[in-house]
Amino acid sequence: MIIASGITKTFGRLRVLDDFGVTMGGGHAFSLIGPNGSGKTTFIKCLLGTVIPDSGSVTLDGVDLLRSPELRSRIGYMPQIGRYPDNMRVAQLFDMLAELRPSSQKRDEELMDAFEMRRIADKPMRTLSGGTRQRVSACAAFFFDPQIIVLDEPTAGLDPVSVEILKEKVNAERRRGKLVLLTSHILSDLEDMTTDVIFLIEGRLRFCRPITELREESGGERLGRLMARLMREAQNATPMPPS
Amino acid sequence: MILKIVKHVLLDILRSRIVLAYTVFLAAASIGLFNMDADTGKSLASILSMVLMLVPLTSLIFATIHYYNSYEFIELLSTQPLRRGTILLGEYLGVSLALGLALLAGVGLPVAAYDSSLTGGCILLAGLLLTFSFTALAFLGAVCSRDKARGMGMAMLQWFFFALLYDGLLLLVLFTFQDYPLEKAVIALVALNPIDLARTFVMLQMDVSALMGMTGAVMQEFLGSRLGMTFTLGVLTLWIAAPLGLALRVFRKKDL
Repeated sequence: MIIASGITKTFGRLRVLDDFGVTMGGGHAFSLIGPNGSGKTTFIKCLLGTVIPDSGSVTLDGVDLLRSPELRSRIGYMPQIGRYPDNMRVAQLFDMLAELRPSSQKRDEELMDAFEMRRIADKPMRTLSGGTRQRVSACAAFFFDPQIIVLDEPTAGLDPVSVEILKEKVNAERRRGKLVLLTSHILSDLEDMTTDVIFLIEGRLRFCRPITELREESGGERLGRLMARLMREAQNATPMPPS
Repeated sequence: MILKIVKHVLLDILRSRIVLAYTVFLAAASIGLFNMDADTGKSLASILSMVLMLVPLTSLIFATIHYYNSYEFIELLSTQPLRRGTILLGEYLGVSLALGLALLAGVGLPVAAYDSSLTGGCILLAGLLLTFSFTALAFLGAVCSRDKARGMGMAMLQWFFFALLYDGLLLLVLFTFQDYPLEKAVIALVALNPIDLARTFVMLQMDVSALMGMTGAVMQEFLGSRLGMTFTLGVLTLWIAAPLGLALRVFRKKDL
């Protein structure tokens, strides 16, 4: 279980996260939804330790995630754009990631088989296409059978076949009790992978609710349309800042 | 844990052509300089000048480019179960060891082949310390600015200052205040520039007073050769530790 509370982060004058808090439990797949610039990626980065929040805390099963980097061995992360050292070969990347973790940690090579990583194992990273690199990133995220899986725009740049494989994998892991957190602007991802929606506006939590509940309330409205309506409403409700 | 990162960074760099080109250039220049003059002492003096100019420049530019090109990879490492300090130190050691190996191969082998005197060894040691120092300075500049162009500008400015501008300023000070006893001030001023420290260190060993200039002569008179060499080496080590320590401090609190 991940509990984030009171997270505030400012970049210069811009307050990207403002007293943001949310509780996430295993067996659910959470989608971070919000307009551009609402703080989705910043929150993910706070969780992973790449951005250090001004105040607030993130705990994983009661332990402070920001002060215990070794806990990150339980998190798998797939970045939006994966860039690796030019001359590193695909197999070397996985070897290196393995060396950085306790050797007792379980491996999960299911996705590597599905994405046929063996066939490109000897290729240097710089020769890979954008989509292939995304597949490498996806495999790296699931490689250590992590308890928590964080995916930042996972389906962008992947071909339809790979998207389906990835979606199946995400759903299978969630059913196994893993906690999935993802951001995506592609609404079919929302339909196919998400169980709960975390709705952010201007760095604040608007709501965190199960998707079934939202569906019932909206009375059969398509989810995509529902999200767009909520975003418009929220933006109209908050007055434009003086320019 | 650091060593595992060092290993991968080092292997990646050694496979790139840039470091190979640097090695070949150093080797060609060293062999050329040895063949130009029958007196190996003069050749060594030329090699020293080359090392003092080229090593800081290459270290600054290569390390800065490497840092910015590895940015996404450093970001990925920071999501792994690693401390921030481990990541930066691993990257730093990988880069400086790669450049150090290039120097050892490019200058070290010709020096060992043509002239196995102690002076050659001192030039190599000075070159290695300069590599470590300017790589640390490059990392400090790079972690302080997000923008690649600004980071590169910072690297170029550092080289321009330490390699060219500083000696001019030093001369200006010496001329302006030539009526006063400046010896102690000169020692302090030399300590503020790693390149001058490296030059003085080698000059003290070479023991050629004609080539020493005022700084070398002052250093020898006041500290003697042995103490002078210990002093310059010690301060050069500080020029590695201080920028590296500062870079680590900034990097620990940095948003990637």
